[in-house]
Amino acid sequence: MTHASDTAPRTLFGKIWDAHEILRHPSGQSLLYIDRDLIHEGSFHAFADLKRRGLRPRRPRQIFGIADHYVPTLGRSADDAASPAIARMIRTFDENMEWGGLRHFGIASREQGIVHVVAPEQGITLPGLTIVCSDSHTSTQGALGAIAFGIGQSENAHVLATQTLWQMRPRTMRVTVTGQLGRGVTAKDVMLALIARIGAAGAGGHAIEYAGEVVRDMSIEARLTLCNLSIEAAARLGMVAPDETTFRYVAGRHYAPTDQEWDLAMAQWRALPTDDGATFDREVEMDGAAIAPMVTWGTSPEDAVPITGRIPDPASFASPEKRKAAAKSLEYMDLAPGTALDGLPIDRVFIGSCTNSRIEDLRAAAAILKDRKAAVPAIVVPGSTQVREQAEAEGLARIFREAGFEWRQSGCSMCAAMNGDVVGPGERCASTSNRNFVGRQGPGSRTHLVSPAMAAAAAITGRLTDVRRL
Amino acid sequence: MKAFTRETSTVAYVPGVNCDTDQIIPGRFLKADRAEGYDKFLFHDIRRDPDGKLDPTFPLNRPGAGCSTILLVEDNFGCGSSREGAVYALADAGVRALLAPSFGDIFFNNALKNGIVPVRLPVATCEALADHLAADPSATVTVDLEADQVVLPGGLGSHPITIDAFARDCLLQGLDEIEMTFTYMDRILTFETDRMARNPWLAR
Repeated sequence: MTHASDTAPRTLFGKIWDAHEILRHPSGQSLLYIDRDLIHEGSFHAFADLKRRGLRPRRPRQIFGIADHYVPTLGRSADDAASPAIARMIRTFDENMEWGGLRHFGIASREQGIVHVVAPEQGITLPGLTIVCSDSHTSTQGALGAIAFGIGQSENAHVLATQTLWQMRPRTMRVTVTGQLGRGVTAKDVMLALIARIGAAGAGGHAIEYAGEVVRDMSIEARLTLCNLSIEAAARLGMVAPDETTFRYVAGRHYAPTDQEWDLAMAQWRALPTDDGATFDREVEMDGAAIAPMVTWGTSPEDAVPITGRIPDPASFASPEKRKAAAKSLEYMDLAPGTALDGLPIDRVFIGSCTNSRIEDLRAAAAILKDRKAAVPAIVVPGSTQVREQAEAEGLARIFREAGFEWRQSGCSMCAAMNGDVVGPGERCASTSNRNFVGRQGPGSRTHLVSPAMAAAAAITGRLTDVRRL
Repeated sequence: MKAFTRETSTVAYVPGVNCDTDQIIPGRFLKADRAEGYDKFLFHDIRRDPDGKLDPTFPLNRPGAGCSTILLVEDNFGCGSSREGAVYALADAGVRALLAPSFGDIFFNNALKNGIVPVRLPVATCEALADHLAADPSATVTVDLEADQVVLPGGLGSHPITIDAFARDCLLQGLDEIEMTFTYMDRILTFETDRMARNPWLAR
């Protein structure tokens, strides 16, 4: 397809979007071709819709099912589920996948895990693709240089039936993180600092590209964390230009191209990065060296401050809405303005979720926990069965167990709290997940979002703790 | 999809910035079949006290509030999880339109696919409307999609409905989007054949 803009400098986002635009309706929406649709247990509404219509998935080889939201972490069978209703979700998922003739990684599969951990791990996620999943954290997968975004079940049914989606083209935003991160500062902290700065609605309607030295120096695991949290700033998606780090990561993965096809793919992928001179609708710059380990104090991811900081006074917020929201958050969190975050007692620790459950996350936590003991109940839920196996082979599982952590099977677990793994009412949890919403980790739960190393530090002291001190 | 042309109703105001879809419907209810109705899950936990009793101060628990088919909400409404159950809960409770300064992107699309019109209004207009409703709860708002405007009470005038023309046409006609897309299947197949020829590994 040729575009008038072929010679004009284009962004990474613009190139992938243009290459997937089947047509543009006169009214403005684009009909986008979707390369990959990822299915989890929550997709049952879309399957019910297809069955009502007498339709089947049109392109089964481009659809992958992965059980994650409802799977138990204490066993590997639907019989281990926390309730019959949860077991039914897991079985319905298997039935729908069989019905649709779809490849799927069920609960007992060696490829099972959280969809946003498994898809990159298996090479299902590749540079230059359009990827959707009925999960908001699909933005994660943009880390490999793809357009990846969350959709609802109506849109999911549309993709299953047509392998396309009507979308308005989002605006673009570049977030450039310059310099170098300090010791104990991670991709999680970069994102919490960004969201605190631009707000939980700050990137609404935008596709974010992350750039700058800090991002270039990041591993794919760290970039996945970065892009994962884009949705918490309300962005449509997040992405990082593919580079040598990306190509090294992708090479040899199960669904990645090989041999001559690898060369063909590489020729396309090398042309993807944003051209010099391409413009973005918005630019945000951050000094990497100025970012400290972050922690949230409220019930929105924008309620984040450095661990060295104090809980703000609601009266200090600019708008009456924000003042009300902050006061309500503090009431829910049972916290007082002016309290130092460092030293705040917690009741439990959760290490896991599509944000922070990859092998590097587990390594970072284990490095802190080695030869130490957790002072509070703590669980680790690896992002995938393969991550779990690798962590066992590397001796990380032993470190976690010796520190008193429960070493669980992979799944969404205590982040989405849909499988029965919950934080109790009134309990305060240091969590590596992505949302500190009211009741997110269970009714009445109080969540403090932190990086894996910070979660490990909190486990040892039983308090929110500046990991740089340990 | 249920067509939308014009809706006039009193307005229930549900305050709170960044009201995420976990607040609209907690995750534990997402296992329910749609046929059983999602209205009972709407704002389930935030409209109740910790003992499970309805909180009489929650806006939708006040007498008459349940009759409003238009809700006034705050900035970034429906952020967070992509769960369409949030929209099912609103739709099954009879909600037809939402007024807010901004909405979560995925929620916004989900609403449109379920015959609910999310109307973006300036913050100051939303605040003025909230004040007016506090003084006159019987005031009505008209969301007129045909005329592409929302008509507010209390001298707040009318404002354009800022949804794109494509979504507007789908809503006005109650179009089934999948059926409509099938009419473009020739274009889709041509595109797909070309894409697969250049990326054969995508469909193995």
